[in-house]
Amino acid sequence: MTTQEETTISAVISILVENESGVLARVIGLFSGRGYNIESLTVAPVEESRHQSRINIVTSGTPQVIEQIKAQVGRLVPVYRVSDLTTLGPHVAREMALVKVVSSGESRTEALRIAEAFRARAVDTTATSFVFELTGATDKLDSFIDLMRPLGLAEVSRTGVAAIVRGPRTI
Amino acid sequence: MNATPNLNDLKPNARAAAGDVVLSGAEVLLRVLVDQGVEVVFGYPGGAVLPIYDALFRQNAIRHVLVRHEQAAVHAAEAYARSTGKVGVVLVTSGPGATNAVTGLVDALMDSIPVVCFSGQVGVPLIGTDAFQEADTTGITRPATKHNYLVRRAGDLARVVHEAFHIARSGRPGPVLVDLPKNLTVGPAPYQPASRAPHPSYRPRTEPDREAVARAVAAMKGAKRPLFYTGGGIINSGPRASEALGRLVRMTGFPCTSTLMGLGAFPTTDRQFLGMLGMHGTYEANLATHGCDVLVALGARFDDRVTGRLDAFSPDSFKIHADIDPSQINKIVQVDVPVLGDAGRIIEMMIEEWARQSEIPDSAALAQWWQQIDAWRGIRSLHFEQDMTPSAIIRPQHAVRRLYELAMETGRDTYVSTEVGQHQMWAAQHFQFDRPNRWLTSGGLGTMGYGLPAAVGAQIAHPDALVIDIAGEASTLMNIQELGTIAQYRLPVKLFILNNQYMGMVRQWQELLHGSRYSESYSAALPDFVRLAESFHARGMRATCVGELDDVIRAMLAEPGAVVADISVAQDENCYPMIPSGAAHNQMLLGPEQDGEVKVSAEGRMLV
Repeated sequence: MTTQEETTISAVISILVENESGVLARVIGLFSGRGYNIESLTVAPVEESRHQSRINIVTSGTPQVIEQIKAQVGRLVPVYRVSDLTTLGPHVAREMALVKVVSSGESRTEALRIAEAFRARAVDTTATSFVFELTGATDKLDSFIDLMRPLGLAEVSRTGVAAIVRGPRTI
Repeated sequence: MNATPNLNDLKPNARAAAGDVVLSGAEVLLRVLVDQGVEVVFGYPGGAVLPIYDALFRQNAIRHVLVRHEQAAVHAAEAYARSTGKVGVVLVTSGPGATNAVTGLVDALMDSIPVVCFSGQVGVPLIGTDAFQEADTTGITRPATKHNYLVRRAGDLARVVHEAFHIARSGRPGPVLVDLPKNLTVGPAPYQPASRAPHPSYRPRTEPDREAVARAVAAMKGAKRPLFYTGGGIINSGPRASEALGRLVRMTGFPCTSTLMGLGAFPTTDRQFLGMLGMHGTYEANLATHGCDVLVALGARFDDRVTGRLDAFSPDSFKIHADIDPSQINKIVQVDVPVLGDAGRIIEMMIEEWARQSEIPDSAALAQWWQQIDAWRGIRSLHFEQDMTPSAIIRPQHAVRRLYELAMETGRDTYVSTEVGQHQMWAAQHFQFDRPNRWLTSGGLGTMGYGLPAAVGAQIAHPDALVIDIAGEASTLMNIQELGTIAQYRLPVKLFILNNQYMGMVRQWQELLHGSRYSESYSAALPDFVRLAESFHARGMRATCVGELDDVIRAMLAEPGAVVADISVAQDENCYPMIPSGAAHNQMLLGPEQDGEVKVSAEGRMLV
């Protein structure tokens, strides 16, 4: 790259792909092979009738690297469209977390109180544990998990980011 | 790679109820190959592809060339493709057959060569069981190909094979692998002709945007120190693109340089050609690249061998980049006007725009630029002194020069392949190419052992042409087994070995960067190449001094069959001029007298 000291930015890349075997491996293999970051990744079929899946990747790099990522992904044969949502205008990015908290007494009550404040749902409850389900932006999930840490945080499972552009525009 | 045949191979083809002969998957494959215009397949049989070999045996439309190693099959197919403009086709078995082909596939990927490789695979029910000669071929070759397929259903076979050819040859060309489980080639499969419908997701753009071309041409019209920097994309676009390039260069009067892969697109003997640019390019080409004010890159990708130190690459130029692959734009060098599309179409549109735009170019500035270039030319950076005493040691540059001159005397259409290393650079510098598709070399991947199988592919494609592999003794030993293929098909390939008993380029770098500690770069225990040739039913020849060189070259060129010419050349010769790693274009070393001045930075030392 011509200039070394360019600022690193975060980007949400959404990729519409042909839903065929190996397509995810092509995309993530390209990221690892060319040394691009993957901070989170989600993939699921979105247009069953047209055999299309959508991959959302949160990545970071210089603006030049983000452009390269788009161009490199775009030339994969089963890729229909690739968009950087961060440059398309405002977008909604959400993820879901399942958070297991094992505690009793004061901590347990406190965990439940914080969960309510975050609008997390207790989807599983035992005498000694909760599993909270929480949906929101990544930083909201991060702060919830941080708050649970001293209250008996035992396990976390997160989906990674699903994202979409606000307003009538599509990718 | 042979394995015991499976008894299922002997089963007669499935027959439909109505009594019509239903084709087997193998027969469908061959029929689609015929549809795609395939005449030659380079391959090697084995258990998983026996049904395909059986179908090949029972037809005459497609010729199979049996190589001696699967890597060689791919290189032969690459050279076939590069020298004809057609798609090269490879057929290998599962497991080791496919893994041996990987180097060739990556080579084709790096140099954008259209190749379709068919690999056998264990039957679908056995996939994932660690079966005999099973490998995850699509997994292994995913980053080695432009695209690949594992055909799991017989109904997909014909469509996938047609599609593989379309993807290999269109857009930026490249290798495509189709993995064929054995049960699919044995069992019945429906035949389909090629679909005319566009591919749902793969739609490369070939037609350039007129507005972008107009902006590029406006910059060219205003240039005072312009330069065309042309690459392999022009060769890939076809002979029409090279012809158009010739018109564009002449109508503009601009100087033209070329990458290694682009040699021959513009005649290298033309006055407007400055020679190759980059690490071992000419002084005038590199200084012009450094000093130009408008750089017009056509079908080239700013490879590190071309750019040298990036922050000093052509620092003051307005950059135009024409490429068919959007991912090449701004990948290495930020450009001012990107033009996406087929290089040939872009050049044709540039010609139209040049005629249409009324602005008068600054001919005084251009004349001054040419004066400057001629002054750089006066340095004669490719010059060498050959002692012509008959007993004198042959300098490798002289050997290539004489080979070129004597080959031209024959008047024959000449194709040159190379291995990788010093000899490759000397061939690029001293052999001249006035037409495209005659120069076959491994550029991006730098694959030692490319040249001999490439000569096989070129000679198969052009049986009456003169095909020469300019080789080094170390490289050519990497695929020397192809002398067997050459013998079997009576190919009159000339293997011209510049034998300095070293991996010369490794030795050169060790000399310049590692205190002349020649770690493992000496070619010990070399074979007697003359007797090696004879054992493979070829003629062996040897020249050990200048007095013998011309006679050996003449005898080699006159010999109707294959020849291995072992040319003993100076062992300590280095390839100049040279831009040391991490240096800029205006910091070239012109010869050994400057070696002491090499100050390779710590960063430069880390570069390859």
